[in-house]
Amino acid sequence: MTDLAARLEGVSKTYAHFSLQDIGLDLPQGSVTGFIGANGAGKSTTIRILMGLVHQDRGSVTVMGHAMPAAQAAAKRDIGFVSEDMRLYKAATVGWHMDFVRSVFPGWDQAYADQLLRRFDLKAEHPVKGLSHGQRVKAALLLALARRPRLLVLDEPTTGLDPVARHEVLAALMEALMDESRTILFSSQNTLDVEQISDQICFIDRGRIIESGDKESFLDRWRRVRLDVPPDVTLPAQMGAIPSPVASRSGRLTAVITKSFDQGMTDAYQAAGARVLSVEPMTLEEIFVANVLSNREAAHQ
Amino acid sequence: MYVQIVEQIQRLISVGDWPRGEEIPSIRQLAVALSVSVITIKRAYLELEREGVIITQHGKPSRVAQEPDLRPMDHQAELARHLAEAARIGELMGVPPEELAARLIAAVDETKKDRT
Repeated sequence: MTDLAARLEGVSKTYAHFSLQDIGLDLPQGSVTGFIGANGAGKSTTIRILMGLVHQDRGSVTVMGHAMPAAQAAAKRDIGFVSEDMRLYKAATVGWHMDFVRSVFPGWDQAYADQLLRRFDLKAEHPVKGLSHGQRVKAALLLALARRPRLLVLDEPTTGLDPVARHEVLAALMEALMDESRTILFSSQNTLDVEQISDQICFIDRGRIIESGDKESFLDRWRRVRLDVPPDVTLPAQMGAIPSPVASRSGRLTAVITKSFDQGMTDAYQAAGARVLSVEPMTLEEIFVANVLSNREAAHQ
Repeated sequence: MYVQIVEQIQRLISVGDWPRGEEIPSIRQLAVALSVSVITIKRAYLELEREGVIITQHGKPSRVAQEPDLRPMDHQAELARHLAEAARIGELMGVPPEELAARLIAAVDETKKDRT
C-alpha cells in the first residue's frame, strides 16, 4: 500500500442550505488527484476541511500524519494552498510577497522561486495591483511552489487562465511531481486539465462523492455503444448500462452508455438481434456529465 | 489517453529518436516532460512492454528492445476495419462503389495537402 499524504473518512458538514455527506478521499503520496464537480457541489468545502479552515461535524481528516483540524498548525508547514479567493496585497510587489513568504517558511527555495518567476513571465518589481488575473494566479502559485510543500492543494488553479498560462501552470505542477514524495490535489471544472495531469479522479456532486478511482481505468470502463435496433428487438438489460440522456431511443438507432464495459455486453446485444455500430471511448467530461445525471436520476427515484 | 502516448513512442522508436537497445526516460521524467499524469505513462509503458517494444527490468531503467515489434499488422487490421465501415455506410446511403472509391482518393489527396 502506498503511503497516503492525506485521508478523509466519513467526513460530514451540515450548513443551513448545503451539506457535505460521508466524504471519503485518499491522496496517495506522489500522485495528482483531480477533484471535479459543478459549482456548489462541495469541492471548496471539502478542501477547506482538508486544510483545517472549516471544522467537520463528523469524520476524521489526516494530513501528512496530522489530525485535522486539531494539528493544523503543524500540518500547514507542509501544505501549499492556492485558492481563487486568495488575496495578495495590492500595493505590494511580487518581490515583496516573495520576501515575506521566505521570512515565514524556512523551506523557501530562492533559486526555484527565481526560475518560476522567469517561466511565469513575472517580474519581482511588479505591484500586484497591475497584474492580470492570470498573473495573480501564477504569482500565488509561485509563492506556494517555492516553499517546496509536500502537499499542494489547489482550488480551481486553472479557472480563467488563457491557454498559454494554463500550459505554464500545468507544466509547473507536473514538475513539482518529479519528486515522488510530493502530492497534489486540485479541483477544477475544467475536465480537460484534470484528464491531462491526474492519476486519480474524484467526482463530487451535491455534497457526495459519486465516483473515484484511477484515471486510466475510469477512461477504460466507460464506453458509448451505438446500436441499430430493429423494431421487434428489445435490448437486454445490462449491468452498468445507463440509458443515454441525449440519444434516447426515438427510432432504430440508439446509444447506451456504460460504466463497466466488456465484450460480453456487445455479445449480448448482438445475440438479442441488435447490431453494434460502434463502441466509442468517452472523454472525461462526457463521463462526468453522464455520471452526475444518472446519480441525480437515481436520487429522484 | 495512454493510447496516444503509446503511438507517439512507437513513432519515436520507428524513426530512431529513441534508438534500439538504449535507455528511455523514467515514467516520472516522461510524465513531467509531457505534462501528462504518471499513471498514463505507466499504462503506456506497460502496454509497450507487453508488445515487446520496450524492456523493463526491476530497479533498472527501461530500454528500447533490440528488435522492437512495432506491430505493422495492427495498422493493417485497423485499415481493414475502417474500409469495411466505409463500405457499410456507403451502402446504407446508397453511394455507388465508384463514387466511394473516388471519395477515398480525394480523402488521400486532402491528407497529403494537410501535411504540406
